[in-house]
This record gives sequence, C-alpha cells and structure tokens, in this order.
Amino acid sequence: MPCTVSMTVNGKAVSREVEERTLLVTFLRDQIGLTGTHVSCDTSQCGACVVHVDGRSVKSCTMLAAQADGAAVTTIEGLAAADGTLHPMQAAFREHHGLQCGFCTPGMVMSAVDLVTANPSPSEHEVREGLEGNICRCTGYHNIVKAVMAGAEAMQGGTMKAAAE
Amino acid sequence: MYAFTYHRPKSVADAVSLLGQFEDPKLLGGGQTLLPTLKQRLARPSDLIDLGQIPELQGIREEAGGLTVGAFTRHAEVAHSDVVKRVIPALASLAEGIGDRQVRNMGTLGGSICNADPSADYPAAVVALKATVRTDRREIAGDDFFTGMFETALEPGEIVTAVHFQKPDKAAYAKFRNPASRYAIVGVFVAVFGSEVRVAVTGAGPSVFRADDMETALSQDFRADALNGASVSAAGLNADIHASADYRAHLVRVMARRAVEACG
Repeated sequence: MPCTVSMTVNGKAVSREVEERTLLVTFLRDQIGLTGTHVSCDTSQCGACVVHVDGRSVKSCTMLAAQADGAAVTTIEGLAAADGTLHPMQAAFREHHGLQCGFCTPGMVMSAVDLVTANPSPSEHEVREGLEGNICRCTGYHNIVKAVMAGAEAMQGGTMKAAAE
Repeated sequence: MYAFTYHRPKSVADAVSLLGQFEDPKLLGGGQTLLPTLKQRLARPSDLIDLGQIPELQGIREEAGGLTVGAFTRHAEVAHSDVVKRVIPALASLAEGIGDRQVRNMGTLGGSICNADPSADYPAAVVALKATVRTDRREIAGDDFFTGMFETALEPGEIVTAVHFQKPDKAAYAKFRNPASRYAIVGVFVAVFGSEVRVAVTGAGPSVFRADDMETALSQDFRADALNGASVSAAGLNADIHASADYRAHLVRVMARRAVEACG
C-alpha cells in the first residue's frame, strides 16, 4: 500500500507517495534524485549511505523512509554553502586526499561531521573509533583520519594546515 | 523486502491494540536487526508497528535505587546520559560499545532485549544488574526474561515499556568483540551488591547465563585471582567460525578477570 512521506531534505520540504517498504536511501536517491548518498554493502556494515536525521548520523539503508516522516534530513549535497564553497570537512578531505576511488567518501564525510559536532577536538584514536561504521574498500584510512583531524580543526574556525604529503 | 503495512501509533495502548488486529505483526524498534532481516527476506510480517513516536517509551530517569530506561531509548542516549554515567557508569560504557556510532544512534534497549540475540550486550546488564523488565501488563525479573536463543518470556502481543536497573556498589562490563560486527564473542558483566556478586555472561552460550562458580569465588574474595580455580564448562557453549566452544569458555574467565579489575 502506498503511503505519503514528508520530510525536510537539505532544508527543503519534500513529500512523495511511496511504498511503505521504501528505504530512506532509496527515497533520497530515486524519489528526490540525490544520488550523492551511496548504496554499497546494503547490509548496514559499510556506511556509504550515512546521512543525518535530526542531526544524528544514521545508515539510510537501514531505516525506512516512513520512519523519517517529519524529520530533517541532511545529505552530502546539503553540506556545501549555496555558493558552492565546500564545508570545512569536505575541503579537508580534498586537501589531505582522504579518498582514493571516492565511493565511501560521502558516508565518511557525513559520519565525520557528526563525530566532530559531538566531539570538537577528537584524538586520532577517537576518530578511528568514530569511523568504525564506515568502510573504505581502498583501505585509505590513513589519509581519511588525517582529513578528519584537519576538518575538526577547521570546523572550530582554525585555519587548515596544508597537507604534508 | 516483502511488502507490509506500516503503522506509527502514538501510545502503548494503541500499539497493543494494533498488535491484536493483524495476522503476523512485528514491532519495530530502531530496526537495526529487523530491517536487515526483512531485506534478506528472512521474515515476512504482515504489518510493522513502529514504536518510535510513543513518548511513554522514551527517556531515562533515576528511580528507586537505580535507573529506569524507556524501551525506546537509543543506545547513544544511554551512552551519553549524565544520569547513567553517574548512577551506573558500567551501563553507559556497555551502550557505548554496541555496534558502531550509526547503529547506536538508531538501536534501542527494548529492541535489543526483545530480539534476545545470544551475542547482544544488553542481556548481560539486565541479568547482572538485577533488572526488572516492565511490560504493558506486568513486571518480569531480569533473571527470568531470557529463556533461550532469540527467546524471551514475553507473551504474544506483549510490549516491553521500560527496564529498571538496580544501582550496584560497583560494576563493569568486559567484552571480547567480533572485530567486524562488534557483537560480543564473549561479554561478562560483573556487579557487586553488598556481599552478593553477580556474573552474567553473554555471547558464550545460546542465551545469557550466570557463572555460578565465579559468583561464589568472587563473593568470598573479590579479586581477579580468585577466579583462577573457577571455570565455565565448554559443554553447550556456542561454536562458530569466530570461536570454538573451548575458546569461548577460556574467554569467559579472561573477560571476567578484566571486569573484576575494572571494578577497582
């Protein structure tokens, strides 16, 4: 049976009639057209589909769109400023080459922003622990962690140090 | 995922009434186990009843010598709660070790204990902390709640509303986790109430259990070395690709030692 699901996505109110079994990630990609949120493992392990629902990072492949009815959702497309200026965390991933193939990157960035919002100055250990729900198949964790540390500093208003390598 | 009808009741009474109306309904907590199960088509409920919009199932409060945690309280809320950290810090640290950050942001206490996964963390706390499981119709002692692998004492149509945990003098949870799933291969919760010591073991057997010999040894001498003579038999313990029954039996003692040491 179809149901109407309404939510705010990246600040914009959206409403669609969908099947009740529709996952949030399917809703965002197929109904709203925001394909920055990726589907990878589809078994709640990899974190490529991480978005924020009412400010909390969640795996959108393991949540029904109906569960997010009435919620405020932020996807990777909602991070940059309207003029295209990258969010400090996105800029840090670029500066520190926190990606190889880039497939896990949207989820990594969304998890990192949530992590740093809760803990503005995380230690390297806390960053690694905070990213446990995100898997990089290229195993590029070293630079991802560096990027998150730099992004955390930049989110606090610090200037980003240039990458050393 | 097979099709189902989705419901979002606003009260426990409405949820109970919905449960009675359909052929094969399922309650939806945070969905971190149920949704993957549905996606693999391992279950085919006719109706999903989402408990996420019921205020009376949420929240944490200090009450009667312990803590009462609403069934729909998410793991992250327990982990970060100042009240939990003050009254039963071991419970906050157990919640902080469940799954990953995103799972903790969705998963709920009620969902975890009602699913009764043999490797889940919360069952160890329910048993060790002499908890009382409150439902829409009665109270169930934590010792009686878990009845087997994925089995609980709940009746059909019964809804867990909250869990009351007793405040111990000291307590700690030590877990040897699967590095991929972060479920407990073995988790041991040690809690001290006066002269009584409770040792609850999860992950090792088909369901959470108390390690009687260890409790006896620790109530006479609360030191990690007191566990040298106490062991858990490997007979009947779980064996899978991650750990044999013998290895799990060994881990029970190692985790129990670590928990005792962490109690300080």
